[in-house]
Amino acid sequence: MRHQRLFVPVLALFLVTAPAVTASAQGEAVLGAPGFGARALQALVDGIQFGAIIAITAVGLSLIFGTIHLINFAHGELVTIGATFAFFLNVSPAGPGWHLIPAAIAAVAFGALLGGAIDRGLWRPLRARGTGMINLFIATIGLSLLLRHVVLVLYGARPGSYAQYDIQSAIDLGPVGITPRDLTVTLLSVLVLLGIAALLQRTRIGTAIRAVSVNRDLAEASGIDVQRVVLVVWMLGGALAALGGVFFGLVEIVTWDMGFKLLLLMFAGIILGGLGSAYGAMAGSLVIGIVAQMSTLWFPVDLQYAWALLALIVVLLIRPQGILGRRERVG
Amino acid sequence: MDWSVIFSDAVRSGIGPIAAVYALAAMGLNLHFGYTGLLNFGQVGFMLVGGYGLAITVATWGGPMVLGVLVGLASAVVLALLLGLPTLRLRADYLAITTIAAGETLRLFYRSSWAEPVTGGVYGLQRFANDFYEISPIPRGTYGVWLVEFSSRDVWVLIVAWALVALVGLLLALLVHSPWGRVVRAIREDETAVRSLGKNVYAYKMTSLVLGGVIGAAAGMLQAIQVQSVSPDTFDPGVTFFLYTLLVLGGAGRILGPVVGSILFWFVLSFLDSALRQAIDAGYVSPELISTSEIGAVRFALVGLALIVLIAFRPQGLLGSRKEMMLGAR
Amino acid sequence: MPADAARPRSPLAPLDGVAPEPGVRKPDPLLVLDGVTRAFGGLVAVRVDHLEVQRGAITALIGPNGAGKTTLFNVVSGFDRADGGRWSFDGQPLSGRSAHQMARRGLVRTFQLTRTLARLTVLENMKLAAVGQRGERLLPALLPPLWRGQEREIERRADELLERFQLARLRDDYAGTLSGGQRKLLELARALMAQPVMVLLDEPMAGVNPALTQSLLGHITQLRDEGLTVCFVEHDMDVVMGISDWVAVMAGGRLVAEGPPHTIGRNRAVVDAYLGKQHDEPEATGETGEAGETRETGEEE
Repeated sequence: MRHQRLFVPVLALFLVTAPAVTASAQGEAVLGAPGFGARALQALVDGIQFGAIIAITAVGLSLIFGTIHLINFAHGELVTIGATFAFFLNVSPAGPGWHLIPAAIAAVAFGALLGGAIDRGLWRPLRARGTGMINLFIATIGLSLLLRHVVLVLYGARPGSYAQYDIQSAIDLGPVGITPRDLTVTLLSVLVLLGIAALLQRTRIGTAIRAVSVNRDLAEASGIDVQRVVLVVWMLGGALAALGGVFFGLVEIVTWDMGFKLLLLMFAGIILGGLGSAYGAMAGSLVIGIVAQMSTLWFPVDLQYAWALLALIVVLLIRPQGILGRRERVG
Repeated sequence: MDWSVIFSDAVRSGIGPIAAVYALAAMGLNLHFGYTGLLNFGQVGFMLVGGYGLAITVATWGGPMVLGVLVGLASAVVLALLLGLPTLRLRADYLAITTIAAGETLRLFYRSSWAEPVTGGVYGLQRFANDFYEISPIPRGTYGVWLVEFSSRDVWVLIVAWALVALVGLLLALLVHSPWGRVVRAIREDETAVRSLGKNVYAYKMTSLVLGGVIGAAAGMLQAIQVQSVSPDTFDPGVTFFLYTLLVLGGAGRILGPVVGSILFWFVLSFLDSALRQAIDAGYVSPELISTSEIGAVRFALVGLALIVLIAFRPQGLLGSRKEMMLGAR
Repeated sequence: MPADAARPRSPLAPLDGVAPEPGVRKPDPLLVLDGVTRAFGGLVAVRVDHLEVQRGAITALIGPNGAGKTTLFNVVSGFDRADGGRWSFDGQPLSGRSAHQMARRGLVRTFQLTRTLARLTVLENMKLAAVGQRGERLLPALLPPLWRGQEREIERRADELLERFQLARLRDDYAGTLSGGQRKLLELARALMAQPVMVLLDEPMAGVNPALTQSLLGHITQLRDEGLTVCFVEHDMDVVMGISDWVAVMAGGRLVAEGPPHTIGRNRAVVDAYLGKQHDEPEATGETGEAGETRETGEEE
């Protein structure tokens, strides 16, 4: 099991570095017009970038699922709110017109607060009323509808871009071109993912989160303050979702339903990696991002999300417990 | 503000064709979720394959409408088998996520430029239900009482739609009160116990998924027929969320739950819409706060809020029993 | 008390001459296990070379925590898959069959944590368990006349059993409202509705008050006297000594000892298994524990 835990971050790291290495190797070999190999590499790099952003948002969703077994259908809205809050601070005429970097930091803090508020203000009272798990799923649907449409009223239906880093020319790295913005986002995403891995493995709170995920009752009995752990997980999830939202808004565009669209890809990543495993969510999300981008080599762009979701269904057919999940003992 | 207009709008919506379509789709979902305990979050996918099965057969391939209906129903069976095969042996949450993903995947495929020659892409398909309207026995004109009026065309749709709701309700009532229904309800409670008593749980769950899916497909066809058009974006995942809302509102695990829920849901939604519009026009609500173009968003936000409040204070819905609900709290 | 009273009457002459050693042949075995193994990750949870369960007897399966008793139950009843081995029930090879198939063949189990169906009434819980119901198939279910008669017959049988298990007055209550002890009774009664040849009871007395324990013991012995084969997992040695005709002991996934209850307490392998350490004395003093077994057990620890 020890090895299995190490395996994932290593795999994630490999997935990130391998293309870079092959890219430079290929760069020397292919110097002409962009052939299929070059396009494939470009798609791979785009896929890693996309996957890393999904992974940031999906880890929080996965941790929430791991600790309280709740499928949070409103997680996508936390992403949207992060992106639109930063937009408000950065671009909106009614806002203060901050530079994107402080705006993003403020959005992440807001995401954490929102996550915490949802836990304290909604889930905990509902649990205290004896609301069953499945009804809580349904309540997250309600929350998703509520938040999404509040954003629609406040933000509007028009897509928007941040004031900084909007249009940049790509730097050529051999056959692969990437804008400094996208490169930075990708590297930051990977750093954040490694940071979460370090948090889970090395810190007291990380150990507590893992303990609660494995066995809540046992964790409680051994003196872990489960309520506090759950609160931290919600705040972490909210913060990561907001960060993912800003990143996605930066490389793509800010819209009122961006999070809801990402939600399904997060789900796909989580299931692919094995429900409830944080590292599985990271690996699964990377796969989903790569599948989505690589599919554009053969199929129209408007189907790229569809292929990613289809990959999920295919994996379930072959390996139901996900890439890294384990079977459970019944009875 | 003209309350009679607001009320008549709401009544028209509450008994209208869309309420019947949603009642029917939610009846299928009720079999899944309310009786068998299957967390299907992709009921809209069944509606989509039903509606498109009909539309493609008639509009694209020029087949007869009866064949289209059969194709629509058969597509739902295939979809249910495809979804159930990998997920029904797994924990309930896998089905939830897979179904919502499958519904959205279908929508993306049907709307893609790649599928456009068959599905009409983002524009969808139109005018495939002429056969249905030709056999209408209702003479031309408008029918109704007070301000609630329907055209003869709508009356024909309404009769067929609500008759279908009644028929399906009757069949479901027979089923859930039979030994078959007992097994299915037992699976909702604890499938391991049911397996230990010699029942093939997997087969029952699959049957339920197929049956509820076929009912969903019928609802999708009804919706397509009603507007003589299918377009991919009417089948977004939000539809399933509405179905859950009205199911919880009426009472999951009650035969009439989806019917009462749907009528009330559309009544309230239309009431809000109409009332907000008039309030803005009359100047009671400042257009700065909510403009008329935002009414749609506001009422959906209110639906979300209502769902949370409902789950918190009356999770059993209008028709359910709180005592029973609390026993099942998992 | 009912247990004690029932003992002398038990028709168990067949087991009298059977040697108390693990894997021993029985005169009329109903369930026969051969080389059954189950591992989780690298951990071997069950490795039973040979075990026979005598028809018409009460067999207790005991052993320390983690001995593999519940896992063995899960494997044999089809709730878990085996990594290897074969087993037959009533002369038919049934290894690898799914849970519902085992139950239909007459091998019905209960669970350590009761699994009553909360939002079904007590009567519905009972009726559910009846096998071969016509109305359980989809199309006949739509035509009540096809199954009404059978349903009445099932209900009559269910009422009889509820009466016998003192649950008759709760018949129309939701099962979720029953107390822990009542649930244990309901689960046993429900298992009987399936008309089993053999029942596997996973800790039937766990968490049950002493008075109800006596009542459950009485029911179990009575069932044995009516011809049912019973195999149960239990921790309470008084219970085991009181009602079982035969005891099988597991430790570290293996079958380490077998015998009539009175021989078990003196068995060296059993003492080792429960004390969880190897004795240092070179010479075994026990009459039943053979040196070979003891050493084998020691290796496992």
